[in-house]
Amino acid sequence: MLKEKDKIFSNLYGFKDRSISSVMSRGQWDGTAKFIKNGSSWIIEEIKNSGLRGRGGAGFPTGLKWSFMPKPNPTKPSYLVINADESEPGTCKDREILRHEPHTLIEGCLIAGFAMGAHVAYIYVRGEYVREREALQIAIDEAYSKGFLGKNAAKSGWKFDIFVHHGAGAYICGEETALIESLEGKKGMPRMKPPFPAMAGLYGCPTTVNNVESIAVVPTILRRGASWFSKFGRSNNTGTKLFCLSGHVEKPCVVEEEMSIPLKELIEKYGGGVIGGWDNLKAVIPGGSSVPLLPAKLCNDAIMDFDWLRENQSGLGTGAVIVMNSSTDIVKAIWRLSKFYNHESCGQCTPCREGTGWMMRVMKRLISGDAKLEDIDNLLEITKQVEGHTICALGDAAAWPIQGLFRHFRSEVEDRIKNKVSPKIAAE
Amino acid sequence: MEDNLRKIIIDGEEIGVNPAMTILQACEYIDKEIPRFCYHERLSIAGNCRMCLVEVVGGPPKPMASCALQVKDLRPGPNGEPPTIKTNSKMVKKAREGVMEFLLINHPLDCPICDQGGECDLQDQALAYGVDFSRYIEPKRAVVDLDLGPLVETHMTRCISCTRCVRFITEVAGMPEMGQIGRGENSEITSYLGRTLESELQGNIIDLCPVGALTSKPYAFTARPWELSKTNSIDVMDALGSNIRIDSKGKKIMRIIPRNHDGINEEWLSDKSRYIWDGLNKQRLDIPYVRDNNGRLKPCSWNEAFDVITHKFNESPNILALAGDLINIETLFSAKELASNLGGRTECRIADTCIPPNDRGLYAGTVPIAEISNSEIIFIIGSNPRIEAPVLNARIRNSWLRGAEVNLVGENSDLTYEYNHVGTSLSELDKIIKSKTKLFANKRILIILGQGVFYRKDGYEALEVVKKFKESLNADLISLHVSASRVGAMDLNFVSDPGYSSSIEWSDIILNIGMDEYDLPKDKFVIYQGSHGDRGANRADVILPSCAFPEESGIYVNTEGRPQISLKACEKIGEARENWAIIRALSEKLNCTLKYDNLIQLREKLFLEHPNLSLFNEVKNNNWINSLKYSKECLKFDLKNIWQDHYLTNPIARSSTIMAELSKNKQKKNK
Repeated sequence: MLKEKDKIFSNLYGFKDRSISSVMSRGQWDGTAKFIKNGSSWIIEEIKNSGLRGRGGAGFPTGLKWSFMPKPNPTKPSYLVINADESEPGTCKDREILRHEPHTLIEGCLIAGFAMGAHVAYIYVRGEYVREREALQIAIDEAYSKGFLGKNAAKSGWKFDIFVHHGAGAYICGEETALIESLEGKKGMPRMKPPFPAMAGLYGCPTTVNNVESIAVVPTILRRGASWFSKFGRSNNTGTKLFCLSGHVEKPCVVEEEMSIPLKELIEKYGGGVIGGWDNLKAVIPGGSSVPLLPAKLCNDAIMDFDWLRENQSGLGTGAVIVMNSSTDIVKAIWRLSKFYNHESCGQCTPCREGTGWMMRVMKRLISGDAKLEDIDNLLEITKQVEGHTICALGDAAAWPIQGLFRHFRSEVEDRIKNKVSPKIAAE
Repeated sequence: MEDNLRKIIIDGEEIGVNPAMTILQACEYIDKEIPRFCYHERLSIAGNCRMCLVEVVGGPPKPMASCALQVKDLRPGPNGEPPTIKTNSKMVKKAREGVMEFLLINHPLDCPICDQGGECDLQDQALAYGVDFSRYIEPKRAVVDLDLGPLVETHMTRCISCTRCVRFITEVAGMPEMGQIGRGENSEITSYLGRTLESELQGNIIDLCPVGALTSKPYAFTARPWELSKTNSIDVMDALGSNIRIDSKGKKIMRIIPRNHDGINEEWLSDKSRYIWDGLNKQRLDIPYVRDNNGRLKPCSWNEAFDVITHKFNESPNILALAGDLINIETLFSAKELASNLGGRTECRIADTCIPPNDRGLYAGTVPIAEISNSEIIFIIGSNPRIEAPVLNARIRNSWLRGAEVNLVGENSDLTYEYNHVGTSLSELDKIIKSKTKLFANKRILIILGQGVFYRKDGYEALEVVKKFKESLNADLISLHVSASRVGAMDLNFVSDPGYSSSIEWSDIILNIGMDEYDLPKDKFVIYQGSHGDRGANRADVILPSCAFPEESGIYVNTEGRPQISLKACEKIGEARENWAIIRALSEKLNCTLKYDNLIQLREKLFLEHPNLSLFNEVKNNNWINSLKYSKECLKFDLKNIWQDHYLTNPIARSSTIMAELSKNKQKKNK
């Protein structure tokens, strides 16, 4: 269990004062100029050594991502873009950072921005996060008034500005290239890659898009050292991580814990256990709506990190643990996710535009068993026809939960078709 | 193999290609067909239809969109082997079948009543790359149709959201009138706030639409592609000489669509050229007329008409032949021979247009139209290319998009791109000449000389200003005419030394070949030879009915001086005859029989005397005649554009109800 002193987000729950003087007394904004004096290659090296992997879902090594940025060029400025469009169902970790710990993010922006030669950062905040945006803006204003941002940010000699952009509430704008399009004032539709944003991103300039959490942990990593961070978790899955517990747990919460923590420990210790006891567990979606679910029998030994979950055909995603106990109509639950992806598909590429609606409709019929047995295989084939055939990963995200359902609960769906069992009543 | 080529292996075949090429282009290069819907080589890449997926060996374990992936982005194999692409593997086949199925699940099964049937990309590719079963049993999507105006009909339920129309209207036509709204399966292509389209190039979105979502409204439900006979022809609605294909069923022309010509119209066509065909069936002159003693036109036979002419000619023999805008070279050649045999005169510079004969470098320009794409600075002088030649305007816009600077001297108007309005009179050019500016040094400068200069009273002097301007900037020049027959007529020297007004005054008989735009004096005997009962016929003493351009074969020289041949697409109407044949018949009656009995003999003689005209599709390098001094007088006047309403500029267009509607809509919008 992570000790209190090893927690990066000491005010995660907002119990403490979040004014800048109070934040500074807790150690933030300490020695920022020194890190910048050490140079960008030192910063990138530290982050690489820490083993930090992107917290937005894909888990790409953050230091490596930064090193893709080209050398600063006077005609083509570099940009840092923070992805605070946190919309993955089940995920609410960035929200806590934005409203209770905004200075970790702001300081991280300055350091990361400097490391990649950017003088400007844009923070793209999810449309529904109104109070969060206000809290963030207050913190940014404070930082400006203290001289931590602006012409000589934190007396480092580096000019740095942060602009907050408020989204309009589209899930797809959390995809990095769609986010860039949206920032440019266009319709949020993902771009094709290559060229990757590091070569041609915002306004055609080199851009790095990072998740809020990935950037917010950077100052502490530098202050306490890469080796401190990398001692948590299994190798290749290091550090601490915010986990979001929701669904059928006694106490839904967001908690900072060590990577590679056993799933059972996470649920029992912080969530107060599954409603009805551990044996009442049916399945867990371990990383937000787009990863395949884990059935109860796998949950006993599950370890919450990128590699274990991938080996077991799921994923860590954003670390949003959705717990479902046996009162859940699992087919209906997955249908609800299909409905979400159908609603959020941008409509650009054919397989996702047409496929998400089709999958949703077949899932709807499967809830009541109003289907034929071959519909299951047809549906699985449709998911395969969507997966990997689209510009962005939304098509994959729509396909995976369904594939996960049939991987582990196929017999239940078949029984339902054979016996036409009416569904249990659950929340819509 | 050149150094800058990259080796790749496509289906086992190793080739070297330019690394900037996309995989799709590389595949086309070796004739590997890649199915596509959204990709179009003249539009930006969208990559959204996902039909062009190919397998990149050693790449990510999923197929890649070949339309967007460049050869330079491919990684070589582990031992440095060239990157390998597969276009016919199992993965690719599966991917194409999947995408095809998705495209079809919400596509209505209304092929039997769809105008696109028979030339539908979706039909063809479904046959070639789709599966032969259907398993979609959910309800289908329906979309409300749009009102895009009188030209484009919509059936939006058929739309596959390839966004070609959106990209064309935004990028090529330069009018962001269309877009995609909504998300996911609810996304729809729509026009801005439901308005109708205003672009002069909107008809092209019908050709671009790979399915039957956008079809031609005037052509709706009238014919099937396989029952049409297709004839290659040349458009005469403007002087660009756009390459067209005329599709006819029996005697009737059903539609006109563009043919690709990289040097002229690329693959676009202006709406005026595309939709005038209904004017070919209305107001036609199908029988000769003579004016009787009461001043009324009455139908007669050819012999009677010729007798009246012969009688008049024997009384007063001064004959002047005038060339209208839509007349082909053969007609003009025979008319010129007739006139010179009879001691008469010819004139194509109607209303005293100032075009110096023999100065081909000026009237046909020094470079081909395609040079617009290579220019860095463009000066448009006295023209509104957007209405005088919409397709050429799209080329200027394309050049502007790639960074060229456009300057305009003349009337201010919306050209669909930003330009620097230098001024309204030639004094601005004079200032630049006098300043001996080095501003434009080492830049490729192009002057587009419009009718605003040619059509002035003091045009000859005004042209010297432009010539001096061209010389001082070391620029290239394109003359933008509006009459399809003008450059050809000038090449034949279809002019009279004293000019238009004096020749009219001198003449007793005017042989008016299809000239309807300007009035002729009352005291002359006018023979009108033309296809439509328009202004010219109204003023005539004798009317000789002739073929309109699709009904006869003819050579036209376009504004850059490129001779092109247009073929006969359909039969003539009533007693109308080919233009050259009427003149040949007339020559016999006037006792100076021309020495050819058919078109082949005529062309033999024509090519003998004008060998350049036999070089079809070639643009000659023209000599430049140095400029002369000009007086300050001509600098003062403002340049005026020749056309205000370009939908009604010739007899065919004025007979077309579609053109009338477009003109009315435009006036309404301008109010």
